[in-house]
Amino acid sequence: MRPKLSGDLLFKILTTVLAASAAVILIVIAYTLFTGSLPVLKWSGLYFFTGTKWNAVRMLYGALPYMLGTLVTSAIALIIAVPISLGIAIFLADMAPSALRVPISYLVELLAAVPSVIFGLWGLFVMRFWVVKYIETPLSTYLGWFPAFSGTPFGLDVLNAGIILAIMIIPIVSSISREIIQAVPNSVKEGAYSIGATRWEVIRNWELNYGRSGIFGAVILGLGRAVGETMAVTMLIGNAVGPAAIPISLLKPGQTMASLIANDFAEATRGSIEYSAYIGVGLFLLLVTLSINVIAHFIVARSLKIKGGAVE
Amino acid sequence: MTSYTYRKFKNKLFFWLSLGCVIIAVLPLLSILFEVVIKGAPQLSIQFITKPVGIMGQSAGGIGPAIQGTLILIGLTSLIGIPIGVISGIYLAEYGDNKYADSIRIINGVLTGVPSIVIGVTVFLAAVIFLRHFSPLAGGLALSIIAIPIIARTTEESLKLVPNSIREASLALGVHKWRTIISVDLPAAKSALITGILLAVARIAGETAPLIMTILGSQTFFEGFNQPMDALPLRIWRDAQLPYANFQAQAWGAALVLILIVLSLNIGVRIANRGRLVK
Amino acid sequence: MESQNSQNSQKTKQKKMNYKLIGVAIIIIIALVGGALGVALVTRSPNTVTTATATQTVTSSGVTTATITATTTSTATSSSTSKTLPSVILNGAGSTFQQPVLSVMIPAYEATRTDIALTVNYQGVGSGAGISDLEAGTVDFAASDVPGAVTLPTGAPASTQVLWIPDTIGCVTVSYNLKLTNGTVMSIHDQPLYLNGSVIAGIFDGQITSWNDPHIAALNPNIASLLPAKSIVAVHRSDSSGTTYIFSGYLCKESSYFNATDGPGPSKTTVFTAPNLVGANGNAGVAAVVQGDTYSIGYVELAYALQNTMPVSAIQNVQGNWILPSLNSTQIAVQAAALSGLPANNQSWTKVSLLNANAAGAYPIVAFTYLVVYKELDVIPGMTQSMATALAQFLYWVVQTSGGQSYSNGISFAQLPSNVVTIDDAGILSLTFNGQSLNV
Repeated sequence: MRPKLSGDLLFKILTTVLAASAAVILIVIAYTLFTGSLPVLKWSGLYFFTGTKWNAVRMLYGALPYMLGTLVTSAIALIIAVPISLGIAIFLADMAPSALRVPISYLVELLAAVPSVIFGLWGLFVMRFWVVKYIETPLSTYLGWFPAFSGTPFGLDVLNAGIILAIMIIPIVSSISREIIQAVPNSVKEGAYSIGATRWEVIRNWELNYGRSGIFGAVILGLGRAVGETMAVTMLIGNAVGPAAIPISLLKPGQTMASLIANDFAEATRGSIEYSAYIGVGLFLLLVTLSINVIAHFIVARSLKIKGGAVE
Repeated sequence: MTSYTYRKFKNKLFFWLSLGCVIIAVLPLLSILFEVVIKGAPQLSIQFITKPVGIMGQSAGGIGPAIQGTLILIGLTSLIGIPIGVISGIYLAEYGDNKYADSIRIINGVLTGVPSIVIGVTVFLAAVIFLRHFSPLAGGLALSIIAIPIIARTTEESLKLVPNSIREASLALGVHKWRTIISVDLPAAKSALITGILLAVARIAGETAPLIMTILGSQTFFEGFNQPMDALPLRIWRDAQLPYANFQAQAWGAALVLILIVLSLNIGVRIANRGRLVK
Repeated sequence: MESQNSQNSQKTKQKKMNYKLIGVAIIIIIALVGGALGVALVTRSPNTVTTATATQTVTSSGVTTATITATTTSTATSSSTSKTLPSVILNGAGSTFQQPVLSVMIPAYEATRTDIALTVNYQGVGSGAGISDLEAGTVDFAASDVPGAVTLPTGAPASTQVLWIPDTIGCVTVSYNLKLTNGTVMSIHDQPLYLNGSVIAGIFDGQITSWNDPHIAALNPNIASLLPAKSIVAVHRSDSSGTTYIFSGYLCKESSYFNATDGPGPSKTTVFTAPNLVGANGNAGVAAVVQGDTYSIGYVELAYALQNTMPVSAIQNVQGNWILPSLNSTQIAVQAAALSGLPANNQSWTKVSLLNANAAGAYPIVAFTYLVVYKELDVIPGMTQSMATALAQFLYWVVQTSGGQSYSNGISFAQLPSNVVTIDDAGILSLTFNGQSLNV
């Protein structure tokens, strides 16, 4: 008795085709951005990636300051967030009393649910002044001679943008790290305890070691999130343009690729080279986040596959 | 060889350090919630929720259009994004044991990492230029692009949770595969499925960057599918940049409304999934 | 027995899931219904919308002004529900410099029209973007502080003329946020900061970087010892701004260094080279940044400084007097400026300047600002006869002393002198639609 195939076939075709929507979307994004940036790439050539002046009048479009801005703010975010996220992951995976685990992990995940623009609002009107008073002004007073801390801080600067990014990537880095740590096989942990290691020693010497590559993947994912984050950074970074945007000092205004587009793209005349320049920055931003996410995906998937479900 | 007391001390130390990390991470959340409530609650009133925005230098008005805009966007995204996302997820779960599905999975993962501003620029170039005006449809499209990979992945995961025995029982009874999927698998995966959808909705409700270039923002209520429109995250962003204290207060009020929507969706699914093993 | 228990637990599990499902369905339905209701409410009674939201000013740069003047329009609503008035929607975009004036004039004018349901949407996107929108044909009129060349929309005949219609006069203030070393923050109730053109230019072109610079101290002997040793944060417009054009036009006259390094080239865009530079969108954006950041200084139109009670500097004018920006000092500048030989609306206004007016009480940074339209209104895609007529009538009303001009003093903008009104009248009456002149 052969079952009627037409219904099944139709459904299978429908689902297959719609599943391709992700690929279609990605292709459309890449194509649109690529064709849109051709004018500026032809016009500026390599200068787009190496130049620092950004000037619609003199038709100079060097996006290097913004690339550096993205780099520096993400670096600050990682430097702050990774230790804290690891601490949270360790606490939740191993050290916390089991009753506390669910509520605390829930709170941390709630942090991820807060929209970016509300982070920006809070950063602009609350956190900024706190950071200026307790962190930036002392830094400027005592270490102001050091180029990285020069300038009079007023809150809209690279450091603040980095701090808010750090807060925003903590949930993702900590939750994946926690999974990685929890995926360490029990046999490894039991072996360590049996030779008399303390809890911390087991964590430091065995779990973190074992989960090293997975945690690295989590960090890369956090980096990807930090690079692409737009709204909170836009509201806190100070909107500097051109050579003034080169992030030499942490206490001066800067600009990231994402914040540049959010701040200034709407002002560009349609069809002009300037317009294409913003699209070019968007294209580069896309390429960077794509690469980071693909790399992270493979690292995390690999380590979860290998380590998870290992010998019990 | 270090002494045992020293090792015990280190153990304690790192316990407190890691607890400290937790506190450092939770403090901003508490501060945000506190500030939003303290600064936003005084703004809440029937007028605030229904009236349009006011003139600079005079009264700030209300956020009625912003709330309406967000609701419309949620509706549009649901219409476009949910069906496509769910059906993609069905493919990945039910037919997805091949290289094509694997590459789609990777692409989905990669798409979730695309910055929302890039998506906004793309939809602007592809749709708004084409249509020659700002449009809620473009905004819904941009948000759908964000939502589809998320919903596809959660749908796949929720369908995978359905035990094969149920599927096999249905197939053994002679039900076609597609009927099985629709009548057996989906209902069985219902709660995880809906959880995923609601979390995706909560996520897109708070997105701002894709809206800047697609719906632009407006002072008035919805005027048609070829006019700019307002939305809560957009209003918060605009008001936060104004010097007028009453507009800044309006931003806090709008933030409170937005956070209420987002958190109630998040907490709601948590409560509903209490006791169930959901990631 | 076992099957009974598992059956019961199945039933309770199903009940739990049902509740959740119901809850979820309710939320989604509310979202869709809410949106649909909103649509229905709005599209059902266009008149109420028009009167209740008399100006819709939308920006892409964060500046928002709109007005809900329910009081002035309540009478109109009651009469309009009985019959539907033809709806006319006009779109304009551009300068934030004159936006405070437009945001008062527009609702006032809309209220006077009881024969049509008029909505004038104005977006404060900056002068440059406004002109771009006009050239692209996406708006019916633009507002700009920068008189210059306007290209024609595609398909428009080469003979199409552009009309520059001065509609109001404002001034650019230099506003600051300064905390002195004794802890006091300078406010509008204190003595102002005294600055002159070359010092301001020095701040914005990077020659003067610190608040306790001797040049600033020399002009402010009373507080010279209290000036802090902090870097000056200069706030400028990051969008294509007419206010910047006016401001830098003044600075170019005052400082040859500024003229050489930062001044507007032929394309009329200034590039400031101060070391600590922060950009903001729109006059309101600059005001917000200055207001929020100590040790900052920025240039904003007077209305914004007044509305936010921001301290403004007293600037030395050509006669050597220290003048605070105000309606009065603006008016004196207008009267003193040599306003003879003004061009017609379809000629170039680039040589017309109210800067550095030569009178004892004149504020030095004063300027006209313009509404810009094509003389042949039909070149705008989507323009209809009724829209063209309404636009011409609106423009005409705006420039009349008894019409729109009567609203300007209230927000510290100066009224147009009568000779300018005469020129504008002639220009507006020359507007045509499809070759026919309009019934203004």
